Amino acid sequence: MKHVIYRNLTSNILRLGFILLLTFSTTVLAQEGDPAKGKTLFNTNCAACHKLDKKMTGPALRNVEARLAEDEGLDREWLNKWIRNSSALIKSGDTYANKIWNEYNQTAMNAFPQLSDQDISDILAYTAATPPPPPEDPCIANPNGPNCGGGEPVDTLSNSIILGALALLFGLLAMALVLVNRTLKRFADAKGIAVAESDKGTPIWKAFIQNQFLVLVTSIALLLASGYFVYGYFMQVGVDQGYEPVQPIHYSHRIHAGDNKIDCKYCHSSARVSKTSGIPSLNVCMNCHKSIGEVAAETQLEGQEYGVDYNAEIQKLYKAVGWDETNQKYTGETSPVKWIRIHNLPDFAYFNHSQHVSVAGIECQTCHGPVEEMEIVSQYAPLTMGWCINCHRETNVKIKDNAYYTKIHEQLSKKYGVEQLTAAQMGGLECGKCHY
Amino acid sequence: MKTTLKITVVLVMLFTIVSCNKKTRRNYQYMPNMYQPVGYEPYQESDAFKGDMEAQLPVDGTIPRGYSLYEIEDTTEGYEEAKAGLESPLDSSAVDYARGKELYDIYCGICHGNKGDGQGTLMKREKILGVPSYDTRELTAGSIYHVIYYGLNSMGSYANFMSEEERWQVVAYVEKLKADLEK
Repeated sequence: MKHVIYRNLTSNILRLGFILLLTFSTTVLAQEGDPAKGKTLFNTNCAACHKLDKKMTGPALRNVEARLAEDEGLDREWLNKWIRNSSALIKSGDTYANKIWNEYNQTAMNAFPQLSDQDISDILAYTAATPPPPPEDPCIANPNGPNCGGGEPVDTLSNSIILGALALLFGLLAMALVLVNRTLKRFADAKGIAVAESDKGTPIWKAFIQNQFLVLVTSIALLLASGYFVYGYFMQVGVDQGYEPVQPIHYSHRIHAGDNKIDCKYCHSSARVSKTSGIPSLNVCMNCHKSIGEVAAETQLEGQEYGVDYNAEIQKLYKAVGWDETNQKYTGETSPVKWIRIHNLPDFAYFNHSQHVSVAGIECQTCHGPVEEMEIVSQYAPLTMGWCINCHRETNVKIKDNAYYTKIHEQLSKKYGVEQLTAAQMGGLECGKCHY
Repeated sequence: MKTTLKITVVLVMLFTIVSCNKKTRRNYQYMPNMYQPVGYEPYQESDAFKGDMEAQLPVDGTIPRGYSLYEIEDTTEGYEEAKAGLESPLDSSAVDYARGKELYDIYCGICHGNKGDGQGTLMKREKILGVPSYDTRELTAGSIYHVIYYGLNSMGSYANFMSEEERWQVVAYVEKLKADLEK
């Protein structure tokens, strides 16, 4: 009897060999580097100073290994040394290391001794990977699709077709009625039948004039109604609620404050400490836009909905602040941006932002509305005196963590016999508080 | 025929009134003399100044009242100098972590993350990349202050967002975050 183990020996050996081959081939692949891992590593370690396709603090890194090998004859060994400790390499007198150091204003690159060989291959694999194609613009494939500039959206199109058909139908019906009426009359004439004419009494307007009481009541009603509208018109003079000017640079609060959740006080920092909530100077924009020269492809697509090219707007910012994107330097040629102020109180009313924002702790949205949802900012509140007074009457004074108010609040709440003082009871209705 | 004419006239008048009410223009004012200030308003346009702006930088060599000089330069050597030698003027009783946190969350947390781990909203949404966690970096009070003052690499200067005292409060809070992360 044969031993069973040898029966499938050949195929077993083959199988084993295949597994061995697979094991080694994965190691070989791993040496190649994993672009996905490399992306994470790149974003945490390198992206503060390097972009793939553009100069930033440091040079662009797309295909850096291949480029170095071709142009400078430098191998992976050199790159490893550079990444792990660039300053040591510069000090050792390496020609290319010194050249690149001087080219980038002698900015020292952080040393990354913690990156393993594998990490570095991953990162390099990421830099060598072919860039993914930009998401396709649905309007190129289908210009009549929803949210596209050209062509009417399908919904409205079919609606207008239906409405048009209905209008045509009614028109035909009306014509048919007129025709039938005319034919019947002709028949009646031919047969000699007199169609009974309706008895014409006094026309209604004559009857109306003859009834003096009705005339009186109507004129009073008309006077009152017109008085109401005239009052309404005069009361809205000087009120700019809904004012929505076109700004020189299209800045979307929806993206910045809404999607990216940047705090209002990040840009409008003086609202915390001064009377005016400042319009941010352009260096505030450049804090982020130094490294964000283009919006994400999805954001750019969103812009079509509003008819805005966000990338062009960022270019306007660069032009105004004098930022040379290719060389990553300020040119010094600046031009002021003429932002249009929306919320503006008349000169005779005093308003202090810090008192409301820092002391009272009022949310910006209470007066300015849901700015984080506005693509174009408009004036939300009427900013009239009645509106101010109303809020002062309804809002309780925030005394928590405010030693300044403790004593006066105690005395005043005893005087008025209330638990919580409103701003009005604290003196928020005194004329001199806002008008002087 | 007359009625048609009248209706057209009324419609045209209504149309003119409605089209006057534009959202992109300010409303009429009763007494513009009382509404518009005589003095300069912040950010007003004015041909009296350079660049036709009312907002101007302080004259070279002057310091606004209540400010002090920061004499360390914005260079690699300056950074090392601040890192080694600069210390916070706030003593332990003056450090207010609540205020530090409030300011940190407004100005720094959006990139550095509210815990200082480099995972702020902008980082998570891949708008800004390469923000390190505080525990992977060697920081001293002086180096933190120096970087807030001048910025570093992609980070811009935050000197104009906060007063000197507020910057030191944020420095204290960043040191606390770093200590928490390293636990």
